[in-house]
Amino acid sequence: MATDLAPPPEKAVTKAKRRRADQVPIRSALARYRWLYLMLLPGVAYFAIFKYLPMYGVTIAFQDFLPFLGYSGSPWVGFKHFEELFAGPDFGRLMFNTLFLALLHIVFVFPAPIIVALLLNELRINLLKRSVQSLIYIPHFLSWTIVASLTYILFAADFGLISGWIRELSGDTAKIDYMAQEEWFRPLIILQQLWKQTGWGTIIYLAALAGVDPNLYEAARMDGAGRFRQLWHVTLPAIRPTVVVMAILASGNLLDSGFEQIWLMTTSLNRSVADVFDTYVYYAGITQGAISYSTAVGLFKGVAGVILIFGSNWLAKRLGQRGLF
Amino acid sequence: MSAITTSKTKAPVDNNGSLGSRVFDTLNVIVLIGLALITVLPLLYVLAGSFAGEAEISSRPFFLWPEKIVTDAYEYIFATDTFVRALVTTVIVTAVGTVVQLGLTFTMAYPLAKRYLPGRALVLNLVIFTLVFSGGMIPTYLVVRDLGLLDSYWALILPLAINPFYLIIIKSFFQELPQALEEAARIDGANEMGVFFKIVLPLSKPIIATFSLFYAVAIWNDYMSPLLYINDPNKWTLQILVRQLTNTDAANALAQMDRTWVPPEQGLKFAVVVIATLPILFFYPFLQKHFAKGVLIGSVKE
Repeated sequence: MATDLAPPPEKAVTKAKRRRADQVPIRSALARYRWLYLMLLPGVAYFAIFKYLPMYGVTIAFQDFLPFLGYSGSPWVGFKHFEELFAGPDFGRLMFNTLFLALLHIVFVFPAPIIVALLLNELRINLLKRSVQSLIYIPHFLSWTIVASLTYILFAADFGLISGWIRELSGDTAKIDYMAQEEWFRPLIILQQLWKQTGWGTIIYLAALAGVDPNLYEAARMDGAGRFRQLWHVTLPAIRPTVVVMAILASGNLLDSGFEQIWLMTTSLNRSVADVFDTYVYYAGITQGAISYSTAVGLFKGVAGVILIFGSNWLAKRLGQRGLF
Repeated sequence: MSAITTSKTKAPVDNNGSLGSRVFDTLNVIVLIGLALITVLPLLYVLAGSFAGEAEISSRPFFLWPEKIVTDAYEYIFATDTFVRALVTTVIVTAVGTVVQLGLTFTMAYPLAKRYLPGRALVLNLVIFTLVFSGGMIPTYLVVRDLGLLDSYWALILPLAINPFYLIIIKSFFQELPQALEEAARIDGANEMGVFFKIVLPLSKPIIATFSLFYAVAIWNDYMSPLLYINDPNKWTLQILVRQLTNTDAANALAQMDRTWVPPEQGLKFAVVVIATLPILFFYPFLQKHFAKGVLIGSVKE
């Protein structure tokens, strides 16, 4: 990603004198490239308004924000809202639920596309391979609303298809409302993620596998390597950089549980296991109107995400991998 | 796409075809077909169920073809103002939104692809930073509110207008276009805008197709934006309605709002899921050959 960036501005400043000669003065650059700047303008305006204005808006996390006083007029309260969050009764539960889901995601959801990509790679019938690929990509394009509705249709207490099967297999005729059961919340979330994301996730690994030099397999076979040995010594090393990059990206999202999915699966009966930072921000900010407090919760999550992504990138480099940036 | 699907040379070929190898191949085929079935069977079941009667849904365990095809659920749905309004709304918002978002993304990507443009690196870095950090839900909500966009359909389009990932991928695509054609047009006296419209866009048809799909699907599927920004039930989108209808708690609320509506029975839940899914499945085969390529341009390129 963006490996072709020009040197960062700091460097440009130190070399300013030397480069002054071949640099175009701003005014003449504007004149010369006016069409390009004109085309850049709407996009820059978009990022300024919808990305950077909200970043400035996080300052209200350090205020008691009152709409009629605005961003500049509201009283500053320092870290009051953060103290409230960390000392409050919800924090432990939110952190536990968020991290538990993240852990389940890493154990079950993250490796799934790697495994499926490896299986697809071993498939010798090309028509079958293409057909399977076309089908397993589909759920990626369906909304979480649809996925939640499908879950409901399959797991509903009375008419649900799978709940009916479970009743028959177990011989237990009690009608269980899986969507309302605390202990079923996490399994259902992970099942949904597996169903929706596994197929699409294979694309990036299949691309890495497609880049493997066939001569490597040839050479391995010459050396007497069977299929498993070829997998171990040729295929896996080939996708390792991709796995590392995906792992770094995933670790940046550790506290990101996916608002829509969680929100849609939350009911009044499973809040104790379902509440995560993402949905908590909505409840606190939109439902209860605690604007400053919920902004503080969101900011905590955002900053933690930045630290996590840079931290894991650093770690990957320490371990001798290429890293993301 | 060729890199992914036509893999004649790179699949490891085992010459001796040992027993273990053949057993693995057989199991592999079974597992992968199983995966494909797990993916599509729930969808086919919902489709079948939407054409079945209430009794059949609750009595038959699993079917892909209803005993008796009834269209009650669909007739009922399309007789309701609420549903038709949500459907029309969503179609219009998706169409307008896709055009606006594509336009903004492509026009921004083109100047960013010009390495010689002063200030380009700064803008790119600022774009990339938004991938790492964002102001979050509440500050964004406040911006949308202060712009007076609450309960406006623009709130479903503008805050998501440029996806930074797509922007970077499209920029990389532009960088790889042959520069000779652009140069020729410039020598012929075309300005950058002319080059963009007459030379670059016609060369970009596959990537335009790809990202139209991505943007359209994102708007069509969006649940969070209408949840946050649309309070007026008359402006509900399809996804909100799907949620209301398949969620038992919410179905009654809908009944009170729209007098022509009685709380939905099971068939309606099936039908509404089908209608919300169908447009995506309809466009999917046409664009499928493009999309994986679009995703990969950004990642393969160094």
